[in-house]
Amino acid sequence: MDVTIVDYKSGNISSVINSFKEVAKDKVNIEVTSDLNKIKSSDKVVLPGQGSFKSCIEGLNGINGLIDTLREFALYNKKPLLGICVGLQMFADIGYEEVETKGLGWISGKVSKIDNQGGKFKLPHIGWNQINIVKESKIFKNIENNSHMYFVHSYEFIPNDNSVTAATTDYSSNIVCAVEKENIFGTQFHPEKSDKTGLKIIDNFINL
Amino acid sequence: MLKNRIIPCLDVKNGRVVKGINFVDLKDAGDPVEQAKIYSDGGADEICFLDITASNENRDTIYEVVEKTSKKCFVPLTVGGGVRSIDDINKLLNCGADKVSINTAAVQNSKVVEDSSRKFGSQCIVVAIDAKRKDGGWEIFTHGGRNPTGINALEFASKMEKCGAGELLVTSMDKDGTQSGYDIELMQKISSMVNIPVIASGGVGTLDHLVDGIKSGASAVLAASIFHYGTYSVNEAKQYLASKDIPVRI
Repeated sequence: MDVTIVDYKSGNISSVINSFKEVAKDKVNIEVTSDLNKIKSSDKVVLPGQGSFKSCIEGLNGINGLIDTLREFALYNKKPLLGICVGLQMFADIGYEEVETKGLGWISGKVSKIDNQGGKFKLPHIGWNQINIVKESKIFKNIENNSHMYFVHSYEFIPNDNSVTAATTDYSSNIVCAVEKENIFGTQFHPEKSDKTGLKIIDNFINL
Repeated sequence: MLKNRIIPCLDVKNGRVVKGINFVDLKDAGDPVEQAKIYSDGGADEICFLDITASNENRDTIYEVVEKTSKKCFVPLTVGGGVRSIDDINKLLNCGADKVSINTAAVQNSKVVEDSSRKFGSQCIVVAIDAKRKDGGWEIFTHGGRNPTGINALEFASKMEKCGAGELLVTSMDKDGTQSGYDIELMQKISSMVNIPVIASGGVGTLDHLVDGIKSGASAVLAASIFHYGTYSVNEAKQYLASKDIPVRI
């Protein structure tokens, strides 16, 4: 099996690469590339994302044909795709970080700044928070409810249809921190930095 | 609920772990990769490497340490010490660091903080502030605590927040190495003033000091000696904080 981590110059992806390689061992081939043919032929795709919504979308747009290839992979061929952090956020129709930016529009919704309630909550939301699993998701197989995951973000994905929400976390309000819509998965937290529980989520995705 | 973080810090010199008293008088003790793995297996919420002599010595050793560590530790890894430029940050991130802490360069040229947080995201830019009491306030120092700057620590903290720092790592130079507890007043002042997380550092000798650090308003507490010399394990520290009703990840 081939799992491709999309390299589109979206900031630091070495931790994502390290964690997937650790989990995959020799059983699964982990590719890190922006080569469209390799993405097309792979079995699963991981879309990481760091920095701002705008810079990540620009990164995707910067590689000719990449968005179309990802859309074909996820929406038409229905192969498993996992978005991490801004990778998840980009599924939305629109994001409001820096300037209003059009997202991929794969899961209807928007990405807005977390309401810090007038400074009561520090931003970024950095650190370990518990997840509240609200629907059975394939990537949460053998993950206990209220497990701790590592978060770093100031913006949150607000889906229009709550049925896509797989888990929430409590910070200022109930923030959507995992989504599942058919073959499309996303985590706002960083499974690659969430110790053994995070590696288990990666393992679940690889074994889908 | 967001948990308070416990961050063991490893001071690294020439690829080896050391821990200084008031930034001098170093003792050698251990392999950083192995130490980091022990910490992450023991429940450390993050690991911090500080390359303490990087400002004036060959610093290539740190890249190898970071690269090896990031393949074994799956919790966030922060690396600081001698970080001068966007290129340095890029190189550390590519080696597997998740965050980079900037000290001297942030003071000399705040544009480094602005540019790097824009390029890599605020989440990976930590500004390290080394502060020392002076005339009823605090003055910041650069170059591993060697050079006074005349700059007020509170004003600088506020400026760094505006420049895009994701977190502030605040070290009291008066307290560092003394094992007499954090400079609580400094931590209170800075964390109540900024809206980004503050990591308290410098002076931990007992588990109660960690409790005091969190109560001061810091989001995370950093310590070196108490963990490094085995006085307490990270897990013991977390159990203790939990017993004092401080939310931690266990």
